[in-house]
Amino acid sequence: MTDIKITIIDRDGVTHEIDAPTDMNMNLMEVVRSYELAPEGTIGICGGMAMCASCQCYVESDHELPEMSDDEEAMLSEAFNVKENSRLGCQLHISEVMDGLKVELAPEDV
Amino acid sequence: MIKTDILIIGAGPTGLFAVFEAGLLKLKCHLIDALPQAGGQCAEIYPKKPIYDIPGFPEILAGDLVNNLMEQIKSFQPGFTLGERAETIKKLDDGTFVVTTNKGTEHHAPIVAIAGGLGSFEPRKPLLDNLSKYEDNGVAYMIKDPEVYRNKRVVIAGGGDSALDWSIFLADIASEVTLIHRRNEFRGALDSVEKVQELKNQGKLNLITPAEIIGLNGENKLESVLVRKISEAKEEMFLEVDHFIPLFGLSPKLGPIGDWGLEIEKNAIKVDTFDYQTNIPGIYAIGDVNTYPGKLKLILCGFHEATLMCQSAFQKIHPDKKYVMKYTTVGGVSGFDGTKKEAPKAVVKKIE
Repeated sequence: MTDIKITIIDRDGVTHEIDAPTDMNMNLMEVVRSYELAPEGTIGICGGMAMCASCQCYVESDHELPEMSDDEEAMLSEAFNVKENSRLGCQLHISEVMDGLKVELAPEDV
Repeated sequence: MIKTDILIIGAGPTGLFAVFEAGLLKLKCHLIDALPQAGGQCAEIYPKKPIYDIPGFPEILAGDLVNNLMEQIKSFQPGFTLGERAETIKKLDDGTFVVTTNKGTEHHAPIVAIAGGLGSFEPRKPLLDNLSKYEDNGVAYMIKDPEVYRNKRVVIAGGGDSALDWSIFLADIASEVTLIHRRNEFRGALDSVEKVQELKNQGKLNLITPAEIIGLNGENKLESVLVRKISEAKEEMFLEVDHFIPLFGLSPKLGPIGDWGLEIEKNAIKVDTFDYQTNIPGIYAIGDVNTYPGKLKLILCGFHEATLMCQSAFQKIHPDKKYVMKYTTVGGVSGFDGTKKEAPKAVVKKIE
């Protein structure tokens, strides 16, 4: 089992340094949920299909992340509070290249 | 007043399957759903996406699952109140319930089963300061009566199917239709995208992309919107309009059910796993809307929960009736419409 370190700033501004497994076929949204860093029902609402933006986050470190799919790009183009560094957590598959990643969860879409 | 045995709130897969299990026990069901069609998320969000964990179906499209469920429950003749959101609940002196929708439709039943999934789907509103001032005064999130827009200047924002489809539809009705989207690309059915292109080429529709609406103006009603192009120059322009229709999709909200006095935890309704009853006797919660230790939000779990809920509901409605569960293979399925499905009888014949 291999874990990587990820820093996640939750919606209340609290910083969490957590271990994320690279061998569990997880994405960043699921990691946030597994650590309960955002209340159930406020993140990953569509289940990870890039069909809602409840897992939007801002990437604060300069990691080379996989390119956005058309679905992710389309969803972010309709979402709110979108910034240059916005990504959908559900589309970021946890892998070694993300070691040391730092992200902030975007505000809840109300 | 609509009367039924089990009033189901939410017409997603779990709610629909509850109709079948109730029907086997000769209990009638009526369903309320805020969406205009049955199927819940499966029909609204991902009808064309496959599901791989429905027992017995190696792969099935969400939309097909809904169609199959509708077929399976057809003979139990469920009633539907669609396009209305369950708003209030009142417990009568005899222990039965009256549930009223946002449009005032009243439903009376001894049992209420909340199969509300993620909640009712509400339109996502753009983040504009004075938006609420113009709601119903030029700004609408859904098109109920297209005639309202006849010979009016309409601006639609959004990049999905509904923005495309309504732009096409209103192009014939409104005096002027402008479609604004933050990107040049649209995410919709190919023929809708092509049709919008055609209307644009014919000059029947104004397309402004990539751009967004950043301001609303008007004395008492909407008179113009401020549009900003998404480009280096960020040029801004006022567009005189009578109506602004933002179509940014739907997002689920637990909504009024959250105020019914039910115990809520993690945005879900707490239930007892014995029969999926809530803290209010006679009100059950099944499927994605409930929570209990070990809960998994899976359709297949919702089916199980619906089944046990119906057994408990039966005992509440008929406390003195004796009953044991019967396999459908043995008992067949007798619909309320007089149809009967049953296993063919084995032929008994001597072989010479």
